Amino acid sequence: MSKLELTGIPVVKAAVKSRGPQLVIATLLLAGYVFAIMAGWIGTPVGNANFSIVFVWIAWWAILILVAVPLLGRGWCAVCPIPLPGEWIQRGAILAPAERRPKWLNRRWPKSLRNIWLQSAGFLLLALFSSVLLTTPSVTAIVLAAMLFAAIGLSMVFERRAFCRYLCPVGGFIGLYSQTAPVELRIKDKRECVTCEGKPCYRGSQNGYGCPWDVFPGGLSKNTYCGLCMECIRTCPKDNVSINLRAWGADLERPSARLDEAFKAFIMLGSAMIYAGVLLGPWGVLKNAAYQVGTPAWLLYASVFLGITLLLLPGLFALCTLPFRNRRTFKMNFASFSSALIPLGLMFWIAFSLSFVLTNGTYIAASLSDPLGLGWNLFGTAKIAWQPLLSSLVAPMQTLALLVGLIWAVRTAQRVSSKAQRSAVPVSAFCLVMTLGMLWLLV
Amino acid sequence: MRLSLVYGLVLLLAGLVVAFAPLPVSAHSEAATRIIRVEASQYAYSPSVIEVNPGDTVTLQLVSTDVVHGLYVDGYGVSVQADPGQTRTLTFVANRPGSFRIRCNVTCGAMHPFMIGKFNVGRNTTWVRAAGLMLIGMVGISLFPRPKAHEAEST
Repeated sequence: MSKLELTGIPVVKAAVKSRGPQLVIATLLLAGYVFAIMAGWIGTPVGNANFSIVFVWIAWWAILILVAVPLLGRGWCAVCPIPLPGEWIQRGAILAPAERRPKWLNRRWPKSLRNIWLQSAGFLLLALFSSVLLTTPSVTAIVLAAMLFAAIGLSMVFERRAFCRYLCPVGGFIGLYSQTAPVELRIKDKRECVTCEGKPCYRGSQNGYGCPWDVFPGGLSKNTYCGLCMECIRTCPKDNVSINLRAWGADLERPSARLDEAFKAFIMLGSAMIYAGVLLGPWGVLKNAAYQVGTPAWLLYASVFLGITLLLLPGLFALCTLPFRNRRTFKMNFASFSSALIPLGLMFWIAFSLSFVLTNGTYIAASLSDPLGLGWNLFGTAKIAWQPLLSSLVAPMQTLALLVGLIWAVRTAQRVSSKAQRSAVPVSAFCLVMTLGMLWLLV
Repeated sequence: MRLSLVYGLVLLLAGLVVAFAPLPVSAHSEAATRIIRVEASQYAYSPSVIEVNPGDTVTLQLVSTDVVHGLYVDGYGVSVQADPGQTRTLTFVANRPGSFRIRCNVTCGAMHPFMIGKFNVGRNTTWVRAAGLMLIGMVGISLFPRPKAHEAEST
């Protein structure tokens, strides 16, 4: 499928070139983010009646995983409010580049940490506490505030968006799954970049900032680390950067050989399955173990969680990539075949979220009228009774999502197999078993 | 091209059959009256999975052992609520086969949105059909030509 250059449309180009629309959206979201922190602190402790829980873990999550990631990839990162205050402080400016840069430490991020292991560790840390995080407003408020202050602190010590690129637990999986999205930011002609003096897309100019994500756009070949901040479109003196509409999953045609990305795929796949079992399954003992943080039952739950995501799934998958000639080929095969788990994992999360979001969706209307749970009725929707939405359609939609994920995963494995000269059958069988397992947990 | 079209049509037909064809009725599926005691406590039902046959007249006796709990049956849209120590009953005819979730519909604590059980009416045909579709999908993907990988490998 050929690409369609969206920035070739004058209205889109104008909207992207101007920093205004993006700033307005991000600033409004920042206001909502700060309100969510406040609501978590001062609002009702009843999770399903508190804005922080309902709007972060139901409304935002639904938009992110059901719409933004599958359709726009890192589209959320383009307007995410978390890096905003830190970036303003770092730059000494809110909109256009300042004449004089403020003197912060401006250090390079340590070379040994330039990967997504820390993001994965952060995600796992939150995942182990997720039953409390998803249901307790004050804990959600603490985590949201911690992320905001971490982003500010890192902006004052390190250059660019170190938090987004290397630490954000959400950004890690958005980046992984953004490879499946039908939208990309790429350069138009590589030769223009080779002859371009000063590389303003990376270093910045009076027209805009150097890439906040520490990426040289001329070398972009996949979406994972491009935050769609659009700065390179503003700074490129040759108008050589575009936003394109492309085939779904185009990045998966060039599978990654990085272990940190491979393990991210296992962590996300395993987490979706564990959440489906713990949160949506009928086993009360699992729910209590996940919720009672610090108890022996929780420690066992945490150990099993880590064991499944970091040992069991990668171990079984490794068996599917055997035999290998040496360590290098094993790593290559293991990592590149794991790209099959990217569409599979995304569809697992979509299937999980459909049930979670549609069941609890009516809380959004109620919380909109009474965000703090104080008895308000701002829009007349506070008393809307809880009712699962589209409950008869949930199972068919989940089945469809899992079917698409399986076919997409097997197709990706076949692509890798033709290059690795290794059969795709074992990895396809792994994907089938995982899908049947997820199906059993959900349907 | 023609062969691909034939494969595609056959697979589509097989998929439609698996998804929608009526399944044979089990020999033990005579409608009966069933009275089932369901204990609710934070955040589980006991039994956690309720099994009945299609056409059964089901009476669920909900007993709450700690705080106020409810029981809402997905797909049927019926519900009941019980105070601690109180028994409340809900009677309905299980005339829709399949596997449904039962959920607490009274805020009963932090994990309330996840207080879930299962209500199976007959065999879980949804899972069987869905698994069948997955297998058809696997057959389909192996029948069609494999795409070539790009030469360059990104890092």
